[in-house]
Amino acid sequence: MLFLIIKRILLGFITLFIVSIITFVGTEVLPGDACTTYLERQAFGEQLEACYRRLGLNVPAYERYVSWALNAIQGDFGYSLSGEMPIKDVLGPRIKNSLVLASAAIFIGIPIALILGIITALWRDKLPDVAISTVTIFAMTIPEFISATLLILIIAIWLEWLPGIVIVPTDVSFLELLPNIILPVVAIAMIMTAHMARMVRSSVIQVMASEYVQMAILKGVPYWKMVFKHVLPNALLPAINVVALTIAWLLGGVVVTEVVFNYPGLGRLVIESISNRDLPTVQALAIILASIYVSINLLADLLTLMLNPRLKTLQIRK
Amino acid sequence: MKVDNIYKEEKKSAFAKLSEIIITMASRPSGLIGLSILVFHIILAFISPYIAPHDFKAIDPTLMLQAPSAEYWFGTDDLGRDVFTRTILGGRTALTITFFGSLIALLWGGLLGIFCGLVGGKIDDVVMRIVDAFLSIPWILAMLLIVSLLGTSTEVLIPALGFFYGKGIVRVARAATHDVIAKDFIVSARARGHSNFSIIWNEIIPNVRDAILVEGAMRWSWMLLGFSSLSFLGFGVSPPTPDWGLMISNARGLMSFAYWAVIAPIVGLSSLIIGINLTADAFAKALGIDRSTKAPV
Repeated sequence: MLFLIIKRILLGFITLFIVSIITFVGTEVLPGDACTTYLERQAFGEQLEACYRRLGLNVPAYERYVSWALNAIQGDFGYSLSGEMPIKDVLGPRIKNSLVLASAAIFIGIPIALILGIITALWRDKLPDVAISTVTIFAMTIPEFISATLLILIIAIWLEWLPGIVIVPTDVSFLELLPNIILPVVAIAMIMTAHMARMVRSSVIQVMASEYVQMAILKGVPYWKMVFKHVLPNALLPAINVVALTIAWLLGGVVVTEVVFNYPGLGRLVIESISNRDLPTVQALAIILASIYVSINLLADLLTLMLNPRLKTLQIRK
Repeated sequence: MKVDNIYKEEKKSAFAKLSEIIITMASRPSGLIGLSILVFHIILAFISPYIAPHDFKAIDPTLMLQAPSAEYWFGTDDLGRDVFTRTILGGRTALTITFFGSLIALLWGGLLGIFCGLVGGKIDDVVMRIVDAFLSIPWILAMLLIVSLLGTSTEVLIPALGFFYGKGIVRVARAATHDVIAKDFIVSARARGHSNFSIIWNEIIPNVRDAILVEGAMRWSWMLLGFSSLSFLGFGVSPPTPDWGLMISNARGLMSFAYWAVIAPIVGLSSLIIGINLTADAFAKALGIDRSTKAPV
């Protein structure tokens, strides 16, 4: 058991290590380096040399990787090019903003997804299932930027209920911020909820068809007691992993949604730093986003392991 | 000899099998709707250059932001270009790029997955770790890096999308290979002294083909989503190419006056994505593969 957990954590670190190498190599081969971009026309002679020295670009790539990685582990990602600010100071408020958006979407999304998933599974192929399943298919297949644009067009422009883009600074009080973030949260939550509801549905259907549930029915266990005591605990366990993967996958959707609503989170920083060729920031973002992904998955695996006594003795799946 | 005859009688031609699958797909309402939308889009993509009423890049300042009329069915955009023409041509761009991208993804992902599943051992471990690492970089960051690295021409976008969306297929192909590899017919092929290549081609591919094709069909709709998101963010195809993502992002700022310029590409893109999705779902069901418990990775 302990061995499995340690192995799982080690695998997570190996993945992050490979990610760091991939992004380092990726940013290394980008045409034009940081200094030529930053100095533009003056990129020659003395000034270029000075810039290389300042950013430490005059040492070989592998040495730079080692020193960068050692600093990154301690939370120091160096300096961003455009603002000449330490990257961790740039990242701090952005991470907080994105976290507000994502956690609001998750807190709204998970309960709704559970309820919808269970309803559709219990009334399988009846009217509630057909209606809800049709809506979820639409919600999960339409790209975020389309649902976000439609939300702005209908709610903000035609009905004029809520502001269409986030215009207030994000450090105002929560009540002032709230009307601004409702639409982005709905846009993110919609697609996530649809994905999770479908997974919960199929998980519940699988358990309902299993032999011990049939046995419970034959024994005459009351329907709702059977659902809550026998079906749900077993159906929701495997769903944890899939939900974690879905949340991680939606990091990309958060990026697009933030751009549409002009919200100053991590996602817009991704676009800004890639447009500006701000390579140190891109590297830091890649590592941070990958760590979020890896830790969500790790958490889900450990949670499944802890909640499921049968898995304790089995080999964990990679 | 007798065994051989029975085997031949049961073997159907590829065409018969295909039409059987299509009939099964169309027998469910969702499959029928999906197939009709997809076929409509494909036909439109082929004939759109011949039926387009206007030039897609003809700029006319006097016709800026005209509401839909008999001459301009879907109105005009902020440069006076015909939205109808650009919308029907947009499907051509999206379908071409994502179709060939999916083919590339299927080929390299499928073959690498089968290979890893067959050889196992150290090579398998290393490749799967690298695939996992790529999976944990959010798709949008990786795609943006690739595109800013290599530019945004069609020749770059197709292989870039194909490479990126193939990594998920590696896992599916590997898992499917693991399922068949312990079966007797593989063991006996090994015992007969067949080479790895012959085993892959004659024994494994026919058995894992369905799973990989279904995965590829699903990837197609995600690739379309990824590609149009890239265009929307300004990192996909470059203007004046008629493309839905690009049209939506251009028309978005003016949609309080000219909503038609944003609605037309939205309808086009959403219907195509839903069409591909329903078709892929029906395809999976027709082949008896359950995808509903899979996460979208």
